[in-house]
Amino acid sequence: MSGRDHSVVEDENTFLVKHADLFLTEDEMLDRPARRRSLNGRDLVDVSLATIAAGTTAIVLRLTLDWNGLMSTVVWWYLLFVALYFVLVRDRTSSEVAVDKAVTIVVWSLAALIAGVLGWMIVYLTAKGLKLLRPGFLTSDMRSTGPLTTGGGVKAAIIGSFEQVGMATAFVVPVAVLTAVYLNEIKGRLSPFIRFIVNALSGLPSIVAGLVIFAAWVNNGHGFSGAAGAAALAVLMLPIVTRTSEEILRTIPDSLREASLALGAPQWRVVLRVVLPTAQAGLLTGVILGIARAVGETAPVLLTALGSDATNWNPFHGPQASLPLFVWQLIREPNLRQNDRAWTGALVLVFLVIALFALARLLLARSQRKLGRSR
Amino acid sequence: MSLLLVGLTLMFLANKARPALSKTGSWYFLTKSVWNPALEHFGVFGLLMGTGIIATIALSVAVPTALAMALFINEYAPRRLSRYVTTVIDLLAALPSVLFGMWGLFALQGKLVPVARWITHNLAIVPFFRIQASNTSLAQSSFIGGVVVGIMILPIITSVSRDVMSQVPREQCEGALALGGTRWGMIRSVILPFGRSGIVGAVLLGFGRALGETIAIALIIALRFKANSHWLSAGGGSIASLIATRFTEASPLELSALVAAGLALFLLTLAVNLAAQWVVKRGVAR
Repeated sequence: MSGRDHSVVEDENTFLVKHADLFLTEDEMLDRPARRRSLNGRDLVDVSLATIAAGTTAIVLRLTLDWNGLMSTVVWWYLLFVALYFVLVRDRTSSEVAVDKAVTIVVWSLAALIAGVLGWMIVYLTAKGLKLLRPGFLTSDMRSTGPLTTGGGVKAAIIGSFEQVGMATAFVVPVAVLTAVYLNEIKGRLSPFIRFIVNALSGLPSIVAGLVIFAAWVNNGHGFSGAAGAAALAVLMLPIVTRTSEEILRTIPDSLREASLALGAPQWRVVLRVVLPTAQAGLLTGVILGIARAVGETAPVLLTALGSDATNWNPFHGPQASLPLFVWQLIREPNLRQNDRAWTGALVLVFLVIALFALARLLLARSQRKLGRSR
Repeated sequence: MSLLLVGLTLMFLANKARPALSKTGSWYFLTKSVWNPALEHFGVFGLLMGTGIIATIALSVAVPTALAMALFINEYAPRRLSRYVTTVIDLLAALPSVLFGMWGLFALQGKLVPVARWITHNLAIVPFFRIQASNTSLAQSSFIGGVVVGIMILPIITSVSRDVMSQVPREQCEGALALGGTRWGMIRSVILPFGRSGIVGAVLLGFGRALGETIAIALIIALRFKANSHWLSAGGGSIASLIATRFTEASPLELSALVAAGLALFLLTLAVNLAAQWVVKRGVAR
């Protein structure tokens, strides 16, 4: 009796293991409709028929109409394919199912298109940028380099970018975190008002941020400087970091707050010793994303730091270069060598942005694991 | 703190814009298309139109694609893939705008000019798609700039509308499926109506972004002060690209005019963004 029971249990287990794909995991049951659609044999027949028919039609059109590019053929093939597939499925089933299938195909191909566009961009940038990428490119500036000479590099730009973004970050982080604490922990009377203003600031075009600093500081006799660039970047970073910090604070479970309040801790201690340490990794993620955004901004630093060929270590005096400015200035010159430098500069910049982005992702994943959430 | 920033912003801009506005008159400034620093004549009507044209093209590229992406991530893609696609979209939002500009100018333009030629040959019934003469250059046009800006605003529209769509009560979706509806039927009858105002808000947010986009437009489109009703041919521009390209060699009065243009842009985007936020919030609250 007990032996039989045992074997039944075992059978059940092996069945579960063998056919694990038949069952939805808990995650999947929670946020997906239970019904799954998969391609069956008839769909495959439809797809291949539509592919072949659309392909032949497109090639015949290409031959008769004397097209020379590949793109038009591919576009026509695609349009014909979707139309034919729709007709085939409609004949087999109903027009509702056919619309559903056609939409599925269109949605999937748009997703592929976007991924393709991003891939194209990255590959194009890498191919263009690798041409001049040498260690010397990172350690020399553009002072004695012109359109006709070789050499030159992003040293001044890297120094400028680091100083400007660093100063902006040093200003933004405390202000943004305090604002987020005010909005989410203290929930003071001014909250709706401040939230409204943060929202308004987050829609501020980056060029306007630059223009404000330009009008208020640079053009008031203080001149271009890295610090002015940092101020413009801070205006842009502030709403981004405030918003992400607020989101992060919102994910902290109330039980933590209530537990420490119940132990008699005053609110400032709860915030300082419980909420902020718990949110640490998430807050850091928000800051890093803000930095990644700021480091690539051209328009605000263009109007405030202006850019420079020579290395300028002092962010408080004189025009200063930065990576996006370096790219912007050189790509606009009608000279291939300068354009090549711009591409390499852009490669360095994008590498930096992607590295920051990846770091933020990593931290976010870790912090969420710590908070015990799956997503 | 933030309040201070917005207040200062408006005050400084208005103050700095006063010399040029009193010289030309605000009405003249907003309704004429000239930019002549020597004669001290400034009018941004053409560039306001240009900003609108670019934003329209950008939206017509971005909105369908972004909605498809939002649906793809929420409804179509397998779980793991949808996570990758979300990363791709977020990355697209993080890339610097100067990269979009140079990529648009050097890589995408070569592919889009034949498309523009095809459109103008076959769809010339639409007035905007006509070109001045058959040999007009189709490079550096509002069309190409608009498509690039469309790719740039895609992430914001996608992520906001995705958030809205994911708030649809799952039981309603499952109910639609249980009644025998197809997935598209469920999307059309449950998700889209539920998320409608949120989606409108997302589109408005994207519109605001498109209005303020500077660097990519300044790189791609040949600046032109008069409004160009030939969207596919060279020449166009936006307020933001005017500021970026003109400010270095500007005289004090022209600077003041640039600030006035910036103020106009700021008020425009502020209005659009606040409308967007209001619509999104209303959609979510419901």
